[in-house]
Order: sequence, then structure tokens, then C-alpha cells
Amino acid sequence: MKRRTFLQGTLSASAAGLAAGAGLLTPGAVMADSHGGGDMAAAFKLDNYDAAMEAIGAKDAAESGDIKIKAPEIAENGAVVPVTVSTEMEGVTQIAMLVAANPTPLAAVFNMGEGAQAMASTRLKMGKTSDMVAVVKAGDKSFTAKQEIKVTIGGCGG
Amino acid sequence: MAIKLKAKEKKGVLQIKALMNHPMETGQRKDSKGEKIPAHYISDVVIQVNDKDAITANWGASISKNPYLSVSAAGKKGDKVKLSWTDNKGESDSTEAEAK
Repeated sequence: MKRRTFLQGTLSASAAGLAAGAGLLTPGAVMADSHGGGDMAAAFKLDNYDAAMEAIGAKDAAESGDIKIKAPEIAENGAVVPVTVSTEMEGVTQIAMLVAANPTPLAAVFNMGEGAQAMASTRLKMGKTSDMVAVVKAGDKSFTAKQEIKVTIGGCGG
Repeated sequence: MAIKLKAKEKKGVLQIKALMNHPMETGQRKDSKGEKIPAHYISDVVIQVNDKDAITANWGASISKNPYLSVSAAGKKGDKVKLSWTDNKGESDSTEAEAK
């Protein structure tokens, strides 16, 4: 991650934090430099939602109504929560899925190559009730949307 | 280990669906002796259409056991669709299907 975009992200995150509410995008969260690189494997091991968002370059992502999340409002079994993220946006290169309250929030990053449609569907584990966050990268901008999924039985205890 | 892969053409778009057999251990669970079960999950998935990368994915341990995946990419009947995965222990598997 470039330092400049990182700084811009910090500024806009303060504004986005107000809009998003609920302290999801906490301004001034601790962000270690080591998380800024393009090391995807490391991003998946981060145990902090803000750090994970930053690692995928979505710290300054704007909320968008053009991202469709198809997921249950209540998941009876947190071990298997079907989620589909799609968008009509042009030039989508990446779709990421995060479960904000999971021990490692980053769940999946789909990179859309030539001919790929801006849609990805999979099944996620959720330890407890949480926001499921979708991040769509289109052009050089990131957009985000989220949906709360209530979990009645956790998926991380086995 | 096994992968089920299906690709169906509809109006020039391949609907690709896959089901992989994998434990997808998070590294958070403990076994009956109270010892942590090491993390073991698919970290990379590559989907190719006619030998060209269409979609690649990076996954973490939050993906459910025996992962399901559905994506779509441009294509036509008879196209060769290939899915390969690699997990965090370096194990891998792949399979091919013809688009219908």
C-alpha cells in the first residue's frame, strides 16, 4: 500500500466512521505498517477487522448501495452461512468478504480476471452474530456494503 | 479429496459451481485432549476457462468446511473449465469439466 493512499484513507475513514456508526470503522485504530503490503496470506491471519480492511486496501472504501449481498438475516447454523455478493458496477477487479466479529475477519478475496462476472458466492463460518461486509474494487476505488447476520449456533466451536 | 465441478452456459456466460472436500480447520478448535487442532484450510483457488485464468481467489479459515463456490465468467458450451486449489500446508488438487 502506498503511504499517500493510506493517509487519505485515514482521513476519509473518520467521515465514513460516522456514517457507518456502531464503531465498525474506528478512526485512529492501531494499524501496523507490516500489514500494508500485498501479502494476502498474512491478511487472512489478521485478528483485527480494521487491519484486515486496510490490508485489502479498503480502509477508505465508500459505502455503496450498488452492492448486493444475498445472505440470511438469521443463520441457524453459523458453520455454514451461504453468502452471495454481486454488483452491476463496471470494471470490477476484486470482491472481498469479511465477517467483522470472526477471530480472523477476512474470509475471502475473489480476483476477477478477463471475462469474469462481478459475482461470487460461497459459504462462510460465523462464530457469532456479526456484520458480513462485502468490499468491491472497481477501477481504482473500493466500495463496501454490509449486512448483519444473526447466528443462533456458532460455527467455530465445532 | 475430491472436487465436484459444474459449468453451465447461459447467454454467453458460464455459471461455474464447485464443491471441494476439505476440513477447513480454523486453528481455533481444540481436540478431545484440549490441544489446538492446527489450521488447515484452502488458501488459493484458481478457475481457468480454456487455460486462461478467469477468477482467482484467496481464502481464509472463515470459509465453511467442504467449501462451496459459485462464480461466473464469459464462455460457451464445450469450453474447458479447470479448478485448482492449494491449501496452507501446500497440498493441492484440481479437476476439469466441460461447459454444458
